[in-house]
Parts: sequence; structure tokens; C-alpha cells
Amino acid sequence: MSVMTWTYLIVGLSFALYIGIAIWSKVGTTKEYYVAGSGVHPVANGMATAADWMSAASFISMAGLISFMGRDGTVYLMGWTGGYVLLAMLLAPYLRKFGKYTVPDFIGDRYYSDTARLVAVICAVFVSFTYVAGQMRGVGIVFSRFLEVDINTGVIIGMAIVFFYAVLGGMKGITYTQVAQYCVLIFAYMVPAIFISLLLTGHVLPQTGFGADLVGSGEHLLDKLNGLSTELGFAEYTKGSKSTIDVFCITAALMVGTAGLPHVIVRFFTVPKVSDARKSAGWALLFIGILYTTAPAVAAFARVNMIETINGKDGQGVMYAEAPSWIANWEKTGLIKWEDKNGDGRMFYAKDDRNEMTIDRDIMVLANPEIAKLPAWVIALVAAGGLAAALSTAAGLLLVISSAISHDLLKKMIMRDITEKQELLYARIAAFFAVVVAGLLGIFPPGFVAQVVAFAFGLAAASFFPAIILGIFDKRANMQGAISGMVVGIVFTAGYIIYFKFVAPGDNNAEHWLFGVSPEGIGTIGMLLNIAVTYAISHSTAPPPEHIQELVDHIRVPRGAGAATHH
Amino acid sequence: MSKERQGAYWKENLRTVATLLSIWFIVSYGCGILFVDWLDQFQIAGFPLGFWFAQQGSMYVFVILIFVYVRLMNTMDRKYDVHED
Repeated sequence: MSVMTWTYLIVGLSFALYIGIAIWSKVGTTKEYYVAGSGVHPVANGMATAADWMSAASFISMAGLISFMGRDGTVYLMGWTGGYVLLAMLLAPYLRKFGKYTVPDFIGDRYYSDTARLVAVICAVFVSFTYVAGQMRGVGIVFSRFLEVDINTGVIIGMAIVFFYAVLGGMKGITYTQVAQYCVLIFAYMVPAIFISLLLTGHVLPQTGFGADLVGSGEHLLDKLNGLSTELGFAEYTKGSKSTIDVFCITAALMVGTAGLPHVIVRFFTVPKVSDARKSAGWALLFIGILYTTAPAVAAFARVNMIETINGKDGQGVMYAEAPSWIANWEKTGLIKWEDKNGDGRMFYAKDDRNEMTIDRDIMVLANPEIAKLPAWVIALVAAGGLAAALSTAAGLLLVISSAISHDLLKKMIMRDITEKQELLYARIAAFFAVVVAGLLGIFPPGFVAQVVAFAFGLAAASFFPAIILGIFDKRANMQGAISGMVVGIVFTAGYIIYFKFVAPGDNNAEHWLFGVSPEGIGTIGMLLNIAVTYAISHSTAPPPEHIQELVDHIRVPRGAGAATHH
Repeated sequence: MSKERQGAYWKENLRTVATLLSIWFIVSYGCGILFVDWLDQFQIAGFPLGFWFAQQGSMYVFVILIFVYVRLMNTMDRKYDVHED
């Protein structure tokens, strides 16, 4: 069977599975819609969290980024996993005990203020839409390359599927679909990685193969990569080129941002007990870690393979006429370009002016099985995995947007006396509009998507994370402190990013950055500012009312969390 | 539950979390970022040690830390009689 037939088959089967789950898990109450009735088993929640968290960026783009960045790519590896330690120890158990449905719920109640709630709603909606736009781009790429349908048709199919299970099944539908999506995506990621590891190094585990010797030449993989990189004008693969302070701040902003992302936090509201919330964070990170420890290996393998296919084993460049078919396939999508500068008919890839190739980082994972000449079904599997990663994250984000609007904005602020049935209806309507907006963002991608991703993490780090942590660990933190802290954190972080990304992009370099911290890492400074301001103002104004202090005492001990509905 | 007992539970909780997060910090920010170049002079399973911490080891430690935390907290919850069911 051809790649295309395999792809239709595997993607079709996976979509049928998601729809089946959606029909099975139709919900009737808001508690089920928002938090799946808090009845999800911690291991299942761990898997769902892993799929929720690992987006098109993790599945499709990350290994490619690392492949081009070498050791600097570490910021994504540690940054996107280390936050789970913070989540497990500082947030998840306490928020589960609190037991309400959303992040703005906690912030609004803990700081007894609708202003604080509104700030949280705006941030949650903004962060989630930013993120959704990226997922839709991923869906579009996969569809256009593997199913050869128009990107727009691909986006519409994807949105229809998400709409179906998010609107019908709410969090319950999303949770069990995400469990299935995790299985699809991890299988799709590991199979080619293991194949390639075996081919290149003879090791089954990519995690160890990546430090081993190459089959045939017996040369050490990383040494070879360092040699090739230096020869072609790049920095050594195992050495970085970013400054230590920048790597430090970007890693911290991504970690803290992860721990502050509403679609991740809300997953911990879905387990029955406080102790399950802790356990669930461990399972989530274990499931995430399988992909994240494989990604740097895939990155290194792909780098060697790519350089050897383009420059040839002898490093003289391969004749374009004899180029493998994947180059032509990806040229059609515009993600690879070859320009024969010296007119010798050979391709050549380098950092200096010998370079004749433009290669988009996003194709490294998707093209990897083709580059390594793996069988057609493996290529099809990768397409299904990329779609699973993008759709699972999109669904989680859409639920956050829908609940922020129906629950936090309507029920808690504007239309306090609507019934549960009406609230559920509004939640579904909000989900519908969110799906449509997300679809439009996928069809008409704003040119600045890549630039605003720094925003999502920066804002989550500078707004939610400090407000939640202080709300739990500092009983004295009050409304005045939290609101000022969030506003200062957001204004500072957003201002810095907007300045360097949009106002003066020409100045976006270490010379002009504050303390040498890039816009990607500025959320760390924003977070510290937020904490300092909240602390200073809270401790110089009146303490929060008695019932709030009791609420804090209440969430600090596990016993007495609200009951769960079993599935 | 008395105020003192609850205070004691909270203090012990904070101590546990502080200890575990120090390990978290040393492994990720210490071994993976601040001392990465120095550690690279050593080798582990074919990797320069600093590079290994940055791209592999730190993540293994993160997972272990959370499960250790789960264990310690379950024991502590029982000790102070604040566990669920």
C-alpha cells in the first residue's frame, strides 16, 4: 500500500475512535462538563494531561528546534518538564482541595474580588487563543503534506472533530479522547525513533543510542555531530551559543509558565482526591518524559541524517537530480528550498555562504521516517500522531476558553442567577464560538503566531503562577496585593515582549536586552516583580477577611475534598 | 484538628517541599545550566556529563522527585491524621 492509503487508513481509524469516545461520554451537568465530575483515575488523568500538554509544538517542532539549536535546545526539554515538579508540590494538591472548576475561580474567590477574576479571565482567554492558533497550524501542515488536501479543508476537518467531542462531552469527553490520543501519539513518536536508533547505533533505546557509536564507522555519534557542525560553520552540537543567564531565564519562564497554564492546571481538578492530584502529576510527567527524553535523540539522529543526505557522505554535496524523494515532496509544501548558487547542480547545507538550502525546522520530525527510509505505515503513523498531539491540546484549550466565558464571566459576574442547565448551554455555545475562532486562526494564520508564543508562557508565568502560589503559601496575601502584582507582572512582561517583537524588532539582541534576558525569558523577571509587589502591598494593607484565611487553612490539608462522580 | 497540630503539619510539609525543590534546582539549573561546561569534562555512558544532565538526566530526576514527594506526603498525611478516606 502507498503512504497515502496508509495515512487515510490510520488517520481515519484514529478519528473514528475519538468520535466513538465522544458519543460514549456525553455529559449532563456542569461539574461533568468542566471537570469530568472529578472522577478520573490518576493514571488516566496522567495520560490525558500528557496529551493535553504535548502539543503540535512538542510533537512536530521540538526535536527539529533542538536539532538546529544543539545544547541550547535544552531550554525546551527542561523548561517544559521541570514545571511539573512545581505543579505537583506547589499547586495541584491545593487547587484540587479548593475543588472549584477553573483558575479564575480560584483567583476570584481567594482574593474576594471580581476585578481579580476578570484579570484572570482575560489572561486565560488570551493565553489559550494564542496557543490554539499554533495547534491549527500543525493540523494544517500535516493534512497538506500527508493527505494532500488543501490546508483549509484540513483545518475544517480537524475543527469538526474537536467540536464534536468538546461540545458534547466537555471535560469528560476530552479526557478520555486525550487518553486515546496519548497512546496514538506516543506510539507514533517512538516507533520511528526506535527504528532510526537501531539503524544508526544498534541501540533499541534512543535515550542510550544517542550517546553511542555509529554502526559501520564506529565513530561516536556526538563527536561526529560536533565535527560536522564545526566544519560547516555551526557551533559545536554539545556546546551552546546562548548566554548562561538567558538560558537560565528562558528555562525558568517555561517551567513557571507551564505550571501556570490554565489548561494544564484544570486537569488536576478532575481527579477524585488530593493525593490523586499529586500522584497524577507524577504519572503525567512520566508519560511526558518518554517523549521528552526521546526528542533530543531524535534531534541528533535527524541532524546527522539530514546533513549526510544533503551534503553526501563525502561532504561534497549530492547532485540535486539524484536527491531522495523526500526533498521533492517537502519542496512542494515550501518548507524546503534549494537555490543552486554556485551552479554545480549539487545541494549543500552549511551556516556560511556555501549554504544553498533553506530548511524549515518543523519538518524534521515529520520527514524523519522518510529521511531514514522507513516503511510507508511508519510515515502514516507519524501523521496520525501529529494530528493527535495538535487536536488533544486544542480541545483542552477550547474547554478553558469555554469555561472562562460561561462560568467565570457569565455565571460568576454578569448573569449570576442562571440555572445549571442554562450555564451548560452557554458553555456549549462558548465552545462553539471558540472552535470557530480557532478554525479561522488556522485558516488565516496571523503572521505573528510564532512571535506570540513567548507571550503565552510569559503571561502565565507573570500572572497566574505568583497569584496562585501566594494565595496558598502566604495567608496574608490580599486583594490589593494580588491585583497590583498581576497588573505589574503582565504590563512589564507584555510591554517588554511587544517592544522587542513589534515596536523595535531590530533591537532584539543581547546588547539591548535588560540584563541580557531575551523576550522568551522575560516572564521570569515578570514573575519575580509580581511576587515582590504582591508581597509588599499585601503586608502593608489590611489582612484578608477571616473567611478567606479559613479558606486557606482549609485548602492546606487534604482531608475533606469534595466528592467525585464515578464514571 | 487543633491549630498547633495543623501548624506543625504545614511546617513539616514546607520542609519536605523545600528539600525536594533544592534537589530539583541543583540538578536542573545547577548541573544542566550553571555548571554544565565544567561537568562536560566528565563522561557518562558516552555523553559529556553536563550535556547529559541538560538533555536526559534532569528529566529522570524530575519524575523520581514527584514520586518521592507522593510517598512522603502520604506518610505525613497519615501521621497527622489528615489523609482522605
